[in-house]
Amino acid sequence: MLSLQIILAVAIYWIALGVAGLALRCTREAHARLFFSLGAAGSLVLAVAALPALSDWPQTLVLPLGLPDLPFHLRLDPLSAFFLLLLGAASTGVSLHSAGYFQKGGGGDIRLVCLQYHVFLAAMVMVLLADDGYLFMVAWESMALASYFLVTTDHRHAEIRSAGLLYLVVAHIGAVAILLCFGVLQLGTWDYTFAAMRDNALSPGWAGVAFLLALFGFGAKAGFLPVHVWLPEAHPAAPSPVSALMSGVMLKTAIYGLLRVSFDLLHLQIWWWGVVALSVGLLTAFYGVAFAAVQTDMKRLLAWSSIENIGIVLAGIGLTLTFHAYDMSLLSAFALAATLYHCLNHALFKSLLFLATGSVMHATRQRSLGKLGGLIRRMPWVAAMALIGTLAIAGLPPLNGFASEWMLLQAFLLTPGLPNSYLNMFVPVATAAVALVVALAGYVMVKFYGVVFLGLPREESLAEAHDAGAFERLGLGWLALWCVVLGVTPVFVVAALDPIAQMLVGATLRNMLGQSSWIFLTAIQPEHASYGPMVFLLVIVGVMAATFLVVRRFYHGRMRRSAPWDCGFLGLNARMQDSAEGFGQPIKQIFEPFFRIERHHPSPFDRAPRYASKLEDNLWYWLYLPIVRLAERLAGLVAVLHHGRIALYLVYSFVTLLLLLVLMT
Amino acid sequence: MNWGYLASQLFQTALAIATAPLLLGWVSQCRAWLQNRSGPGVLQPYRVLFKLLQKDAVIAHNASWLFRLAPYVVFACMVLAVSIVPLVATDLPFALAADVIALVGLLALARVFMALAAMDVGTAFGSLGARREMLIACLAEPALLMVFFTPALISQSTELPVIVDQLAHRELRLYPSMAFAAVAFLMVLLAENARIPVDNPTTHLELTMVHEAMLLEYSARHLALMEWAHALKLMTYAAIGIALFAPWGIAAAGEWLMFPLAVGVLAAKLALGGAGLALLETVSAKMRIFRVPEFLGMAFMLAVLGMLTWILVQA
Amino acid sequence: MSPETVADFINLLASLLLLIAFAMLAQRRLLRLIHLFALQGFVLALNTTLVAATIGHTHLYFSALLTLVLKVLLLPWILHRLIDRLNVRWDVETQVNLSTIQLVGIVLVIIAFNLALPISQLAGTITRGTLGIAMASVLLSFLMMITRRKAIPQVIGFLAMENGLFFAATSATYGMPMVVELGIALDVLVGTLIFGVFFFQIRETFDSLDIHHLERLKDK
Repeated sequence: MLSLQIILAVAIYWIALGVAGLALRCTREAHARLFFSLGAAGSLVLAVAALPALSDWPQTLVLPLGLPDLPFHLRLDPLSAFFLLLLGAASTGVSLHSAGYFQKGGGGDIRLVCLQYHVFLAAMVMVLLADDGYLFMVAWESMALASYFLVTTDHRHAEIRSAGLLYLVVAHIGAVAILLCFGVLQLGTWDYTFAAMRDNALSPGWAGVAFLLALFGFGAKAGFLPVHVWLPEAHPAAPSPVSALMSGVMLKTAIYGLLRVSFDLLHLQIWWWGVVALSVGLLTAFYGVAFAAVQTDMKRLLAWSSIENIGIVLAGIGLTLTFHAYDMSLLSAFALAATLYHCLNHALFKSLLFLATGSVMHATRQRSLGKLGGLIRRMPWVAAMALIGTLAIAGLPPLNGFASEWMLLQAFLLTPGLPNSYLNMFVPVATAAVALVVALAGYVMVKFYGVVFLGLPREESLAEAHDAGAFERLGLGWLALWCVVLGVTPVFVVAALDPIAQMLVGATLRNMLGQSSWIFLTAIQPEHASYGPMVFLLVIVGVMAATFLVVRRFYHGRMRRSAPWDCGFLGLNARMQDSAEGFGQPIKQIFEPFFRIERHHPSPFDRAPRYASKLEDNLWYWLYLPIVRLAERLAGLVAVLHHGRIALYLVYSFVTLLLLLVLMT
Repeated sequence: MNWGYLASQLFQTALAIATAPLLLGWVSQCRAWLQNRSGPGVLQPYRVLFKLLQKDAVIAHNASWLFRLAPYVVFACMVLAVSIVPLVATDLPFALAADVIALVGLLALARVFMALAAMDVGTAFGSLGARREMLIACLAEPALLMVFFTPALISQSTELPVIVDQLAHRELRLYPSMAFAAVAFLMVLLAENARIPVDNPTTHLELTMVHEAMLLEYSARHLALMEWAHALKLMTYAAIGIALFAPWGIAAAGEWLMFPLAVGVLAAKLALGGAGLALLETVSAKMRIFRVPEFLGMAFMLAVLGMLTWILVQA
Repeated sequence: MSPETVADFINLLASLLLLIAFAMLAQRRLLRLIHLFALQGFVLALNTTLVAATIGHTHLYFSALLTLVLKVLLLPWILHRLIDRLNVRWDVETQVNLSTIQLVGIVLVIIAFNLALPISQLAGTITRGTLGIAMASVLLSFLMMITRRKAIPQVIGFLAMENGLFFAATSATYGMPMVVELGIALDVLVGTLIFGVFFFQIRETFDSLDIHHLERLKDK
């Protein structure tokens, strides 16, 4: 019963921790170690407190803060408990890693970073707990501001400053849309509590408007197309633990917001919402993975990969909406469970990968894929855990990424039962798009892992790279452990997600879970499909061990080292293996219409021939630059009013005064 | 725990592991006969495997633990895959562990480990092979998923045993949608198993290699395991094709009396399929790597056509 | 033969027709295109014969014969002679964006199938399920006409569209009145002959059969 109070206490504890850190004076190492470990302890408490609330009745609380007639309402129901659990689990790992990461480097004053970090975490908790529009927006803005300061930690570099500015601008555009959405939801009652919004009965037209505003507003934070442009700039600009939190957790708060508005606050769902969400989701996913395949910077690659995964999540939400609109509640619950599962998985493996890049950047001071390589020998721990993260994000059994993608594909396969014949035929073809995205994600991750950790080092200085410290290993290990555990126990995860499905779509998966045993996860019915990752893990490990022993027993295990074969070529050097551009070249060639590629070819008459190729986002040029130019032109028109002549400004005031006097009387 | 079922499972697994190289040998021998050569005999792959197992493993200086681990992982994945598909019996215990989508995921796991191991030593050919293999896989997976859609729609399930049961017990009718799916599946099989016209399994020219390029640095027992895994993969794909498109004659688990018949029927089907594959390889030429996306695109279109035809005419 | 087998066979032939329409969309070589067209005519004739044998309408036999003579023998012969004289027999056309065209084709097939569903419930023929396939073939042939650069594949697209329409007639209403059929056959034949004359003219003027050159004819 105390979960809500405990969680609120953790949020306050974090803010207090940050403020206390400001006052304390000690070395950077000690500061980082102490405060981030204490923060990690808070995260763990948060996760543990949120766990029982997953299956409990909603708890509410009203704080005596806020506006005179709108105090802060807090509510802990299964949906917010799930996302709080996600936040707690992911941030435990990230905070532990930060305890090691911020000891050296990471830029900026450690006390300020510590404060901003914990305020960021606390703001996200408040977003998830908010039960009225005002607290939601206050927490949302605090989250945006705290993350802005974290993104621009290293503000000496111009590109980091501009990335931060872009992030802030898009975040505010989204916030305006969310505000408008709340405005539509309150339907003229002037009561902005969510409880009142739940009771409002909107007409289908206004409900559609609210849904579209929510999609746009939350999409600006989550990274849907076309408001995704800030993500590939801001996530790489931030220090790695912050990128991990932003990619892993902050994007999920936007998903939480979308789910809250579409399923909880709006009572009816119309089928075309689902189609819109599905299309935008698939486009986002495809765009994200195509761009990720051609990146040459570690963190930008992971940022685009986040866009891809968020697209998949949105596609799942679209599927849920479509099923729910046609009253196929069981299928809707299944799709929702798959979506939420994927959110949790993404939080874990994306944070793991971003933290691994942080350790790599610490050890090597390089972030470009063209200057890394061969780190598996110098940094075995980081490489091993990054391997688990890579396999998970590529959607390979028996890890967690595959479990959620399996469920999602099964949900897609169930669509031919829809009443609408157009949807019946289109959605299966869209399933192929999902399969393509998942396969391309595997491609991208093989590129990432292969270029960073495998092969020969592309720079001399990589020979001095050292492995991660104790805290960093602890953080990485925590996340990797949960990637494996959540992968082999999908039945428990889906059972935990059942109350949320019940709350949002009104159907329970209890029958389905009752028919599956604890080993095999079934999709709707056991005859329909089943998946047993525990069997996978045990059999694979067992056969590996058996083969090893049998070969040793009947033959031998002799081995000797020599130069690489390389088809007899003797002068092997690091320039011969694939660069990041080279590995992505087939994708660039096949999907060329999606990219904006500017090439500079050398002519036969160049003294110093040079080939350059720049790859950019088309949407920036088609959508954003025209809007920016329009805004500039409008601003130029308004600037006509700026003469600098004081007499004219006084005339403006005089005219306004005259007008008001005339109007008043 | 039904011991009969477990014994059937072990029997199928052991049979598959033992006879997978025979399938590869049969295909090579048929190719040799078609090309008017006398050929090395159907048992040649076994001789190669035992020769390799006896040698000392020679590994590059800069190869890491991933390089040495990968052959075992790949082999284990393929053994699990071949245990899941209904070769001689349906209703095996492991068949519940994976439906076709999980099976595709399992094959993807093996492929990713192979690609990573290829990139480990840092040679140009390893990266080349890894890049090409992942490209082909990316494009083949949507086509494969679409191919599975049609039988899944017909039998309302993605579990291979259920599909086999449903399709084997329907009246013998001509399903155009299944015909389309079958052609598409054949195209995907050629792409994924590194057969002509996508990749030449016997080439010695490194720049034309896809699958072989990933194995260049392996020797001795590691190479033996990789080659065995390759044979098991072909057997898995053949078994999936048989289960989807020619499912008659597969026994149920525990029915020991039906097993000899099931094994015989399987041998006949695989022999026929192998000969057909050899014929196809002989009359086709290997295509350029950048024609492969079109090839797989065509497979995708065929599979989608098959599915749409089923939704429209239920046939 | 039992009714189910006949229905199966008809469905199989219809699917083959759809496949051929798709193959024509993606085919680059001119010679193979003409062969595909002849094959399409053959499948059509076979289908009509099968339907005629099942329901016993004798005029369908004549339609099948007409299709066989015209679309499988006469028209391909004319086209072969044409490409020999124009010297484009071994022509291979470059096609950009093949995947996009095929994806658009799939979308058209889905639209055609969905449009045909209510109509096929009203029709009373045994082949009503294949009306969607017929409409899809028509749309695909139209797409082929739009996306081709050379003149002869465009004409083949036009002829394939006529094939699709004929199939639609057979599947919805058991064929058209004989007079209408003879009239269409004559139109198609004469049309092809006139196209042949035009090809020579185009080649005279532009020295190539690429129809993008026709854009030069517009007023500046």
